[in-house]
Amino acid sequence: MQIVTFTRSTPDTAAALTVGADGKVSWGGAGTVVNPWDEYALEEAIVQAKNIGGKATVVAIGSEMHNEALKTSLAMGIDEAVRVEDPTLDPNDGLAYGVAAAAAVQKIGDTALVIFGKEAVDVGTDWHTAVTARKLGWPLITAVSKIISLDTAAGTIKVERALEGGKQVVTSSLPAVISVSKEINEPRYPSFIGIRKASKAVIPTWSLADIGATLPGKTTETTAIRGLPVRNEQVEMIEGEPAEQAAKLVEKLFAEKVL
Amino acid sequence: MSVLVWIETNDGAAKPTSWEALGAGKIIADGYGVPLTAVVFGKNAAAVAQQAIQNGAASAIAADDATLEPYRLEPYAALLTKLVQEHAPKAVIAVSTSAGRELLAASAADTDSGLLADATEISVTDGKVTVVRPVYAGKLVSDAVSSGAGTVFVTVRGRAFKPLGENAGATGEVKTVAPALAEADIKTKIESFEAETGTVNLTDAAIIVSAGRGIANNPKEPPAGTDKPDVWKAQDGFATMIQPLADVLGGAVGASRAAVDAGYIPYAHQVGQTGKTVAPDLYIAAAISGAIQHQAGMRSSKVIVAINKDPEAPIFKMARYGLVGDIYKIIPALTDELKKRLGK
Repeated sequence: MQIVTFTRSTPDTAAALTVGADGKVSWGGAGTVVNPWDEYALEEAIVQAKNIGGKATVVAIGSEMHNEALKTSLAMGIDEAVRVEDPTLDPNDGLAYGVAAAAAVQKIGDTALVIFGKEAVDVGTDWHTAVTARKLGWPLITAVSKIISLDTAAGTIKVERALEGGKQVVTSSLPAVISVSKEINEPRYPSFIGIRKASKAVIPTWSLADIGATLPGKTTETTAIRGLPVRNEQVEMIEGEPAEQAAKLVEKLFAEKVL
Repeated sequence: MSVLVWIETNDGAAKPTSWEALGAGKIIADGYGVPLTAVVFGKNAAAVAQQAIQNGAASAIAADDATLEPYRLEPYAALLTKLVQEHAPKAVIAVSTSAGRELLAASAADTDSGLLADATEISVTDGKVTVVRPVYAGKLVSDAVSSGAGTVFVTVRGRAFKPLGENAGATGEVKTVAPALAEADIKTKIESFEAETGTVNLTDAAIIVSAGRGIANNPKEPPAGTDKPDVWKAQDGFATMIQPLADVLGGAVGASRAAVDAGYIPYAHQVGQTGKTVAPDLYIAAAISGAIQHQAGMRSSKVIVAINKDPEAPIFKMARYGLVGDIYKIIPALTDELKKRLGK
């Protein structure tokens, strides 16, 4: 039985990003990291694969830069890694990504559960998560904050979800697709031995033909990426004793009409 | 031809932010010259549908069935997909809540349609929908455009679009439809729901008071034998200082990642790259230095007030008002002053 998870390499979270004249995003000398939300999915995949006596496989979709994230995943303790790459496949297109991801899960086979991180920080969306579930025809449970039980013999999963208004407990049949929130676990750091082993790993790549995926036509396109509009703020420092500062600030906030 | 707007409900009442989705939907409907139709599923759907018409929809589609309350993705997506196939709308819009995001993504997948997520601006040009949306965890923005063919699904950031306003006299047709799935065909079952009461939802809040790691510099001493004095001090600070200020302002309590990671406050309050993205009218950052990851989550706030003991803290660069000093002296003074001024 397999637990399948997905990851990608994204710019170091502390890096300042710039957009070149060619419209490409760069992050100076800073490296890439595992997409921050995926750390929780990777940890959960390792834990749950062990619980069910199965294997955890991680998939990345896109260019060779994502091997970084795959190697970190292996170093953490994921059993297998594979990358899907094809010249016609744009991993930033959520529809194409999901179609390819679903086909990759089918090819891996014998999968009980697919675990995604909350979203991909580079494209800023979790669109691909829902597409993967719908193309597989499996139920999708998002915002999972705890796996209460995963019973592959009975073919059921019971989870807690962290929603805007509170906590919901949901059961579903397996196989299923879930996305996990930060509350679910404390991701482990890769071990020294894990890093050494992962550095030697050869990561297989699959083409769309290998996984038998046919992409739908392109439906959306990103035409430009740019820096944020500058916050044109000249900070006004409010001086004085605390009571004075408070009185002056309240006066300003009333004038701003935000109270 | 139409533009469909999903009105998210909870226990038979519309979420107030859903009216913002009608505001966003109207831009696309007008751009294509097609009517705006509200879609309401769940308890009380017909009544909420009437409300949607009073809030700017020309007509509405309602489905009220036991399988549709409370919200679940499978029955909702199956029915929305069916409606999209029947009506071939130019666009489907919803607010980018956890339900809105997954519902539109699922239905877009079912119909092989495009999705533009988390739009903060929308326009229609040359028969295509263009949106401005954040990428790279809010550090950059992008323009994304639909192909113009078929249906495009668009989720909109909360508080980014204005509701159309209420007209109590507005009338329109409400069409009732049956669910697409029977309970036996739905694989997910809700076992229980435990509501968190008394807290204001961060992403809906007009005012947010956030605190960072410095909240642990509480002058109060924990009871003897307290295991982690800094955690006690910080939690006491949130409870007895930050929350009262938020209460006076009718706002919500936020926090930096450092404060969450230190165990000072639950993750649900985290603002920033791996937390919530917020855009309130007023954001008060207390003892938050303003790391780039935090800025990504709050930089769209209208007015930012920074209170920090370090005059060099990066947060002052993005604030409109800066107060240098001890939050444990300034915030209680601020709460007192506001109580006086607001008559509370």
